[in-house]
Amino acid sequence: MGFGDEVKDQLSFLGGFKLTFQHLTRPRVTTSYPDDKRAKQPRQHGRHVLNRYEDGMEKCIGCELCAGVCPADCIYVRGLDNPPDHPVSPGERYGYVYEINYLRCIHCDMCVEACPTEAITESKLFEFSFTNRSDAIYTKKELVVDDNGMPQKLPWEDWREGDDMMTSGWMRATSPSGSAAYEGEVQWSGELGYGVRAPEGGQSGQRDDDLTGTKPLRETLESHLLTDDIPLAHRGMQGRVWRAKIGAEKNKKKMEATRDRMKALRAARKAAKAEGKA
Amino acid sequence: MIAVLLAHLATSPAASSPLTSPNQGLGDPLFSQGINWEVIVITIVKVLVAFVVLLTATAMMIWFERKVISDMQSRIGPNRAGPWGLLQTLADGTKLIFKEDLIPEQSDSFTFKLAPYLSTVPAFITFAVVPVGGFMRLGSHTFELQVADPPMGILLVLAMSGIAVYGVMLAGWSSGSKYPLLGSVRASAQVISYEAALGMTVVTVVLVSHSLSTRAIVAAQSDGFWNWNLIRLGFLPFIFFMIAITAELTRPPFDLTEADSELVGGFHTEYSSMRFGMFYLAEFMNTITMSAIVVTLFFGGPNGLIPPWPGATIYMPLIWFLLKTVAFCFIYVWFRAALPRLRYDQLMDLGWKRLIPMTLAWLLLVAAVVTWHWRGLIMIPVVLAAAVLLVRATRLGSDQSEQDSVLPSVGRRITTVLRPVGGPKPGVDA
Repeated sequence: MGFGDEVKDQLSFLGGFKLTFQHLTRPRVTTSYPDDKRAKQPRQHGRHVLNRYEDGMEKCIGCELCAGVCPADCIYVRGLDNPPDHPVSPGERYGYVYEINYLRCIHCDMCVEACPTEAITESKLFEFSFTNRSDAIYTKKELVVDDNGMPQKLPWEDWREGDDMMTSGWMRATSPSGSAAYEGEVQWSGELGYGVRAPEGGQSGQRDDDLTGTKPLRETLESHLLTDDIPLAHRGMQGRVWRAKIGAEKNKKKMEATRDRMKALRAARKAAKAEGKA
Repeated sequence: MIAVLLAHLATSPAASSPLTSPNQGLGDPLFSQGINWEVIVITIVKVLVAFVVLLTATAMMIWFERKVISDMQSRIGPNRAGPWGLLQTLADGTKLIFKEDLIPEQSDSFTFKLAPYLSTVPAFITFAVVPVGGFMRLGSHTFELQVADPPMGILLVLAMSGIAVYGVMLAGWSSGSKYPLLGSVRASAQVISYEAALGMTVVTVVLVSHSLSTRAIVAAQSDGFWNWNLIRLGFLPFIFFMIAITAELTRPPFDLTEADSELVGGFHTEYSSMRFGMFYLAEFMNTITMSAIVVTLFFGGPNGLIPPWPGATIYMPLIWFLLKTVAFCFIYVWFRAALPRLRYDQLMDLGWKRLIPMTLAWLLLVAAVVTWHWRGLIMIPVVLAAAVLLVRATRLGSDQSEQDSVLPSVGRRITTVLRPVGGPKPGVDA
């Protein structure tokens, strides 16, 4: 190593000054939380819901698999034989007691994976708090969806728009029935208020990211990555072209929608005029 | 280039700026016509204004530091209290006042209570000697925009930074707890090590200013930026001073005294409530004060371009002083964002093996040029020869294996038997 290199090595700490100064102008990675809430990921794990079939029957069969798999030991289930004259769930048994202690739950979604009937799934709600311990234990009364198939919105919960959307079976991390051969084929039952839910991007060949709200994390955070971590195609001039292409595509959709709307408007006006003449 | 700089340094600048005292550098002209009640009132008002402004500036500095550091870390920073979080310090202070004031059972309670004051009071006093502007006339009185202008002003700064160490040291010692003690031991060792380099840089400045008075130092730097000590002394003393003063302040990257990852909170671990608040206050007040001192010693203090506007001779120096000081406050925050904390041995190496010899060499050079003018450049080969010797000595010292050294390293003193110097090497001729 020459003398010049040694000096350069000794003064390499100056790079820190450059980097920190550059950061002054970079976009902030944090948000001003309660005022400015970040959009949730489509697979966000939040407060549970107990789903019902399209005819209003409860999906839970009281098998206790969720309670068994729960690593935090927060679920308590007791099953009971269905009363023959007014059954709660199709089949033999139903969940008679169903309790989740949210002081223990770690929202790992193992219960959702374990459930054989897609009875328990998670909404995206995480902003809820309690003033005493007994309020932290949700019972069937709070967990089961209402008659429209929507999760109950309790007074101490802060529901945001979209938290109660896509709460169901398609959220499972594994492919349907655990087999790649069934990719894209719906293997789950219909649901009160929604019917049979469509598969999301990763679960089927045809993905519609706009519909499911899927967005690759890398793409969202690219402005904050170091140059080395950004793929070559997205850097520099190449990246500019790539971004312009994406923008053009988005714009194209928007423009087309506007054009359609204008066409419809013009047609409506023409029709109104013709009606006025006649 | 050095020769040109040094030649420039030997000439004394013309003395005709709004900062030059009509009293010929004999202190504040306010007192030259005797002392009556008007003089006393003006002095008290000056003290009060300085006190209030310094407290407000400290509150702003804490906000500024938090905001800049958050910007440099791509965060948002305080934004809840007041517009842009400006009142954050006020909110924190209010909280601290209402918190429980805890005094540990193991502590030496009198010293424990005394220590925060020993930290805070010097911080206030230091600022008193900083010239913040030119002169002002009020009735028949002319006075300096500076709380006090003692003839040994710059020594007061050094003395106060020495006393402030007592605050930190006693705080750690009296807490009766191991982490504070470790923090305070580090603090005293660090501050003493860097005080030598600091003092020698100040002497370099004093050599060309021909005065210890801060106002005279500032006045010697008037008439354009090429007269600033930064340029007159050849830039390096400023770097030395900056490093030494950052270590004196125990600010990052020299914040070993409160290294959170090693010592919990360092010397103020056991402090709570307003006693902690006073340490916090002193730390940030010192940052401002030392920025002001750097500006005074090397950047011409309130000197700067004065446009021909009415009253500009009064407010423009103030504005220049403020701008320069804020720039240095920013640089301190920048240090914190950019530099990782030094290890303790690196700190000592930098202080003793590099900073002190270098400041000493530069001091010799400047002294020689000031006395002998051009002939003083003969010091350059002397200093270079000394540097080569010193580097050789340090290399030799670090090259020796532990077996060869006269004193074994600390952890092994009990197990290794000392070998007399020049005796047979163990394992070689056995």
